[in-house]
Amino acid sequence: MAHLTAESRQRINDIAARYPEKRSALLPALYVAQEQDGIVTDEAIIDIAELLEATPAYVKGVASFYTMYYRYSVGKYILQVCGTLSCELCGSGQLVNHLEERLGIKEGETTPDGRFTFETVECLGACGGAPVMLLGDKYYEKLTIKQLDAIIDDLRFKPASDHPEPPQLVPFEDKPAGAKST
Amino acid sequence: MANEIVFSRNHIDNVKDLDVYVGNGGYSSLQKGLTMAPDELIELVKASGLRGRGGAGFPTGMKWSFVPKDTSKPHYLVCNADESEPGTFKDRQLMEVNPHQLLEGMILACHAIGAKTGFIYIRGEFVGPIQIVSRAIEQAYARGYLGKNIQGTGVDVDLAVHPGAGAYIWGEESALLNSLEGQRGLPRLKPPFPAVSGLYASPTIINNVETLANISHIVNNGADWFKQWGTERSAGTKVVSISGHVNRPGNYEVPLATPMMTLINEFAGGVRDGHKLKAVIPGGSSVPILPAEKCDINYDYESIQAAGSMLGSAGMIVMDETTCMVGVARNLVHFYRHESCGKCTPCREGTDWMFKILNELELTGGQMDDIDLLLDITDNMDGKCFCPLGDTSIMSVVSGIEHWRHEFEEHVRNGGCQQRAQNGH
Repeated sequence: MAHLTAESRQRINDIAARYPEKRSALLPALYVAQEQDGIVTDEAIIDIAELLEATPAYVKGVASFYTMYYRYSVGKYILQVCGTLSCELCGSGQLVNHLEERLGIKEGETTPDGRFTFETVECLGACGGAPVMLLGDKYYEKLTIKQLDAIIDDLRFKPASDHPEPPQLVPFEDKPAGAKST
Repeated sequence: MANEIVFSRNHIDNVKDLDVYVGNGGYSSLQKGLTMAPDELIELVKASGLRGRGGAGFPTGMKWSFVPKDTSKPHYLVCNADESEPGTFKDRQLMEVNPHQLLEGMILACHAIGAKTGFIYIRGEFVGPIQIVSRAIEQAYARGYLGKNIQGTGVDVDLAVHPGAGAYIWGEESALLNSLEGQRGLPRLKPPFPAVSGLYASPTIINNVETLANISHIVNNGADWFKQWGTERSAGTKVVSISGHVNRPGNYEVPLATPMMTLINEFAGGVRDGHKLKAVIPGGSSVPILPAEKCDINYDYESIQAAGSMLGSAGMIVMDETTCMVGVARNLVHFYRHESCGKCTPCREGTDWMFKILNELELTGGQMDDIDLLLDITDNMDGKCFCPLGDTSIMSVVSGIEHWRHEFEEHVRNGGCQQRAQNGH
């Protein structure tokens, strides 16, 4: 558990400066915190509240509303299989069954080695590629069990140093200009 | 392709790059559009008959004209790119393949409504589009298509991407504004409408990606050119997302009023091999399901409405004869239950109870009374929820029971779904 680093605080301040009102930076700020620690920690919530002039309770309330912020520890790789209609029609249920069997965990759980978390999620907006799985920043479309096995094999035996960086969800770095008119 | 507008440059290699885009006529509408008076621009879009492509189908020019002229507050444009209506996947492609087309439309829209700032609200899962649109914005600033005095016209526009964090309810425009202000994504009471009091209580227009992507073409070619496609009330083309049991799922831009069966059989390659059509959700999960015998219609706003459904976001989900309609309702109600923000009781409780009952029907059969109980719940939700999310969550249940009541009854008699028991999931 950690407070925000000076660098993270700076990033949040930079983002906030681009909006007419500071608090608009709250969602991006929560991503900055999550990129730093893998989850949004209580300490980060306190720091964000201070930076954006809100109360910690307010920040916590917002963080808990959205599905993309993790408040508790999750695996290194989060496998998100879409379970909504087009994907279900195209066999996402078989992918789910296979993942549960292969990883030995139920949906929402993390493998004991901390490597994989598996979730079924609602519509990922890629129904034309059903069944779809999201892993980090990559959409795997028309996914077969064979391909899924290959993905897991690849990640299961990868040394820690090969782990890809988490996806960059805050696209505000090094922009020549932002939203705020001067 | 002769019948494409927003996809007309999709075949051009790397059109997401600014030089390629400009080399193929991109940003050419700005000289004309930004030197027009804002009112003229609004009138042009009104005359084109363009309707909002996000789902509600509200006339775009009319929406723009609601922005008050006598306010000292800044105006804002927000592009709703939080695409998450089940069955709909067009905006992702529009942003990934041709992001500058969206920016060009937004610059024109900002001019029309007197906004100097626009936000593109992209769902957080769309990391690819977030990065591609961000890069396009960067390029556009570097070349003077964004910022101060765009191309010497004296118009200033700043645009920025704002990443979402996973919530379907942002499709409801006031919930999207709340979340852009750093709040929980709960819908606001209307009126006041966002055009009068939206982002930071200032006049705000919220348009879908596809709507904005059409604007530069209308400015370049005129309202009559746009109206050569479609019908009086459904002008232009529409990107239809086709998924489910078809051979070639994908996005197809077609003139409105194209026959729905042509979309399924020719564009999407027909129902998957050896199967026959059972049902179609014509416009995303928020519209009633049509049985196959009602699908012989033209794909436009008025024809689909006459058949008992809606064009919505044009996310077409095709189902063959193997589909269990109780399972369909259960799947979609599960979605709405998850996405309900919890603000109002009919939606929060209604979606939960509908799911519990449908889950019973599907897994253990439930009781015969459950079918009418479901309809009773939908009646208590219809028109009584705070925002459209709750009202639309009942569509698959009401239309499912209307057309396939016997399947619901069979589930009761058989003690659950036979098909599910066979498939093991």
